[in-house]
Amino acid sequence: MSLVAELAGSGRELAQKWGRFTLFTARLCAVTPRALLRPSLLVEQLHNSGAQSLVIIMLSGLFVGMVLGLQGFDLLRRFGSTESLGSAVALGLLRELGPVVTALLFAGRAGTALTSEIGLMSATDQLSAMEMMAVDPVRRVCAPRFIGGVVAMPLLAAIFSMTGIFGGQLVGVTLMGVDAGQFWSQMRGAVELRDITEGVIKSGAFGLACSAIAVYEGYHAVPTADGVGRATTRTVVISSVAVLVLDYMLTAVLL
Amino acid sequence: MRQTRTIELSTGLFVMLGFAALFFMVTQITNKGLVWREQNYRLSARFDNVGGLKVGSPVSIGGVTVGRVDAIDYDVQTYKAVARLAIQHRYDKIPNDSDVAIYTAGLLGGQYVGFTPGGSETYFKDGDQIELTQSAVVLENLISKFLFDKAGQGDAKKTEGAAK
Repeated sequence: MSLVAELAGSGRELAQKWGRFTLFTARLCAVTPRALLRPSLLVEQLHNSGAQSLVIIMLSGLFVGMVLGLQGFDLLRRFGSTESLGSAVALGLLRELGPVVTALLFAGRAGTALTSEIGLMSATDQLSAMEMMAVDPVRRVCAPRFIGGVVAMPLLAAIFSMTGIFGGQLVGVTLMGVDAGQFWSQMRGAVELRDITEGVIKSGAFGLACSAIAVYEGYHAVPTADGVGRATTRTVVISSVAVLVLDYMLTAVLL
Repeated sequence: MRQTRTIELSTGLFVMLGFAALFFMVTQITNKGLVWREQNYRLSARFDNVGGLKVGSPVSIGGVTVGRVDAIDYDVQTYKAVARLAIQHRYDKIPNDSDVAIYTAGLLGGQYVGFTPGGSETYFKDGDQIELTQSAVVLENLISKFLFDKAGQGDAKKTEGAAK
């Protein structure tokens, strides 16, 4: 009997969490237009979650592209069509790996920073202090971080795919000896504008999900050292799962 | 003040790099991009079967891409597929008795429309219809034809043998 009650209790808690998250995201979206009126805050957040993630994104992109080039070359050599390497690398990066890996890195690099920052602000009563001064902390603190993440993600994904393609070219053309002209012309023949828009739509959706989760977890963190730590962990876990689930759904819709 | 300036600078660089990457992808990696905006003129060609021809497939003369397939429709009056070809303006001297066929690039490659130039002194104009067309070769038809042919030969030999 107690088991049933417990199950019902955790079920109710889950539903409550979902509801709280949905309401919070709706509130974030509602205050977004007014948050846009203070561009300096936005630039700061774009710097925090975008510009500062640049090195890790470019480095990972380069190596993911190089691995794709190596694996693709080995696979295509069996069919004697190594000149298709360019299209394989470009399509793989633009449609899947670019948006997904960028989102996972973003959750780890920028999402955790957002959560712990907001969590610590609430632990040190800075958010309550703002409320005392009649400043809405959601509008002043959360919304700029949310928008910054949403804007930064597609740009980061584009940079990721770009460096990845050059990484693939480095391995395929420079090391493995695929003809550079064929590499690029096959890529141009295979990639359509639709593939790029698919990548941009995906990374935009991942940006929304990751930033909303990171900001929500920070804002609703238990205001203790332990609570902020747990919230940060949850951000990474939930964001990663959300990105992968969303990726499947978006691929099914957009393909 | 100094700190905000460096923040603005690095953010600006980040945003510029992002848009540069997007721009590069759209113009350099797809086959659309800037070349696509060149002035084109349109021709149409009726085929019994367009096979795997797709919108955006290349149109070539002697292996040189001179345009792209713009649209593929089905004409219910003549029961034929109509491919509309957009040809770049600088290739405006295609004799109007040229014939078009649908070929396959390589064994696994996509299909394309190939022109074989004729000898006429007049050239195709915008909106013209190409009269001489040859449909795509459907591999299944080819194989079945070949197999039935073989089977027929076998039967013929058998009946010959029985007659003797």
